[in-house]
Amino acid sequence: MDQFILQILNGLDKGSAYALIALGLTLIFGTLGVVNFAHGALFMLGAFVAVTVSNLLTLSHKVIDETRTDFLGNPLQVDVPYLYDLFGQATGDTIIDWAVPISIVVAIPIMVCIGFIMERGLIKHFYKRPHADQILVTFGLAIVIQEIVKYFYGANPIPTPAPEAFIGSFDFGVILGFDPNQIIYPYWRLVYFFFSVIIIGAVFAFLQFTTFGMVVRAGMADRETVGILGIDIDKRFTIMFGIAAAVAGLAGVMYAPINSPNYHMGMDFLVLSFVVVVVGGMGSLPGAVAAGFLLGILESFASMSQVIDILPGINQIIIYLVAIIILLTRPRGLMGRKGVMEE
Amino acid sequence: MSKSNFSRRGVLKTGMVASAGLALPQYLSAQESGYTNAPGDSEVILGFNVPQTGPYADEGADELRAYELAVEHLNGGGDGGMLPTFSSQELDGTGILGREVKYVTGDTQTKSDAARASARSMIEKDGAIMITGGSSSGVAVAVQALCQEAGIIFMAGLTHSNDTTGKDRRANGFRHFFNSYMSGAALAPVLEAAYGNSRKAYHLTADYNWGYTTEEAVRTSTEAMGWETVNTVLTPLTQTDFSSYIAPVLNSGADVLVLNHYGGNMVNSLTNAVQFGLRDAQANGQNFEIVVPLYSRLMAKGAGANVKGIFGSTNWHWSLQDAGSQAFVRSFGTKYGFPPSQAAHTCYVQTLLYADAVTRAGSFNPCAVDEALEDFEFDGLGNGPTLYRGEDHQCFKDVLVVKGKENPDNEFDLLEIVEVTPAAQVTYPADHPQFAGGALGSCNPGA
Repeated sequence: MDQFILQILNGLDKGSAYALIALGLTLIFGTLGVVNFAHGALFMLGAFVAVTVSNLLTLSHKVIDETRTDFLGNPLQVDVPYLYDLFGQATGDTIIDWAVPISIVVAIPIMVCIGFIMERGLIKHFYKRPHADQILVTFGLAIVIQEIVKYFYGANPIPTPAPEAFIGSFDFGVILGFDPNQIIYPYWRLVYFFFSVIIIGAVFAFLQFTTFGMVVRAGMADRETVGILGIDIDKRFTIMFGIAAAVAGLAGVMYAPINSPNYHMGMDFLVLSFVVVVVGGMGSLPGAVAAGFLLGILESFASMSQVIDILPGINQIIIYLVAIIILLTRPRGLMGRKGVMEE
Repeated sequence: MSKSNFSRRGVLKTGMVASAGLALPQYLSAQESGYTNAPGDSEVILGFNVPQTGPYADEGADELRAYELAVEHLNGGGDGGMLPTFSSQELDGTGILGREVKYVTGDTQTKSDAARASARSMIEKDGAIMITGGSSSGVAVAVQALCQEAGIIFMAGLTHSNDTTGKDRRANGFRHFFNSYMSGAALAPVLEAAYGNSRKAYHLTADYNWGYTTEEAVRTSTEAMGWETVNTVLTPLTQTDFSSYIAPVLNSGADVLVLNHYGGNMVNSLTNAVQFGLRDAQANGQNFEIVVPLYSRLMAKGAGANVKGIFGSTNWHWSLQDAGSQAFVRSFGTKYGFPPSQAAHTCYVQTLLYADAVTRAGSFNPCAVDEALEDFEFDGLGNGPTLYRGEDHQCFKDVLVVKGKENPDNEFDLLEIVEVTPAAQVTYPADHPQFAGGALGSCNPGA
């Protein structure tokens, strides 16, 4: 039972990342009709916003410590962050410790801008081109972004820890009547899950309860008619691209403490997220979210040694196996709409 | 209106004649010398095949720095690095056998097919007489086999799988780096001293060749001292989030988690294990412990504070105090501003060892080099007295057991040496079961 609960928690946590990325992908596909293979790169860029903010907060000047030596035997040059000079060491350390939450605030405008630049600068020129062209150009863009990040940050992962207050694990076992330490789950992963629920809820509320959202939904359903009514739907769709980029970026920022960011992390999630979108149904926002959590949970259960002992290798293929089964039985995915990508 | 005198046939003919003309000296030279890519009188070309792109690009960049430093020292530049400390005093800074050392580089991308293609290109197009490098056992095994076919010496870079000098050993291939067996043999006594001999281990193992041999080596060594292996689980090489593999560990009855992972896998699995509180947990009435059999300082940096207090093994570390290590660290650190990694060290040493073997043999012929390296005993290159065993072309030397440092002094000070395990303790017979199934064969001079 304890293993069951642990894997459910794991699945929800994994599913949070899948759902956030897939949500952005579906937003872009549903509004602009573009299959955006650079979406994983936006997730990665978000994580590197956290790395950059962390680097900026620890910008330092050198102070020579004569009592210690460096690896060459010279007097050690100690880095003293400018924040220490400004606020004192205790406050400086607290600000540095909270680099990742601070990054959330910074990431939103940055990611929206990156989204605008991507859409206006490149992707808009491919709206009327076949999906194959869109995939090629956005995939190429993803590789370019990756290489740029690698040039500046290197290929190795960069540790970006969560605030000290969120280090450690929450003991679910005690609450559920199990022995202590039987069902423990890291605080930050729980934070990630609740954060993703809030972001997903905010996006749905924005689309459901605002006039802007209503127009966007109308445009998604029938772009031509909305255009005939004199509404500049393209402009709104561009804004939606920016919002989708921000969602992916925020998913990346919050993921940075879970696994140290590296230039390739976007690609690791991209293929899985596309499977999530297809399983959920192309263009369906609720489908993307539901499929994200579903596949996350299935992947977690498939990784249990008891399951692998019975079905060796199932952990490597489970997501694709489920995708095949769902597409065979429900060709439009779980919540796919008729007519989307069927012309 | 002008008329071009070029015709398609004419261009083809001219091209073929020119190509044949260009290739002829090399061909004649090879025929004359009896081996592939015999160098001219003025220069000799070495091929450095390292990951310049992909996940191990930083490690590859460090290897390349070491190779460039080795070339500089061989040609008489810089401070000479390890040349003065090397027990063999054949190298005098005048290149190799009086020829200036030049080099070409290839990008392995940490993919076997790409590594073979770049090695082939350096051999066939650039005339490289020796290929060296790599940051992966899969790549090393693939390139070693290619060099054997081509009649070129392969001086392996960072490759830790038993198979490189085990079932996939080749007469033209040589490894200075240590291997999985040695990690297990060095780690076991230290783990026993630190954690006792009644432990229950849970292995998470990367699902590829290196993972298998490392798991087998550590499992065999720890079981021999009384540990029990509770479970072994293979994890996909492409896995990034190990939470679903780590969550069951605490309730599995195990009290030690062994992470047979390297690179990004190691960084992520260790980070996840610490997040799940394993380092602070209790099991079977004892503190729960984590072990990382193969450490790399470059990779440890990615795991940050999570490495603190965690045991592992390494081939070499910049904090060693012997004259050779100090000379290399000073040379490398002065030039690049940071200490070298173990990958850089093994690549630098391999280049010197090759140059020295050629000098002692008085020939670039791979079979002569082969003979010079086999059973060669040396010292002063950072690992104490070392033997290049003739039976399997594996170096036998001291192995370092290290631990993540609790209070690092600086950004490079991530690991502390816990024990220098003497070579005798990690030496095994060439026909040991973990290395079974391979044969060196005979050296191939090519041509």
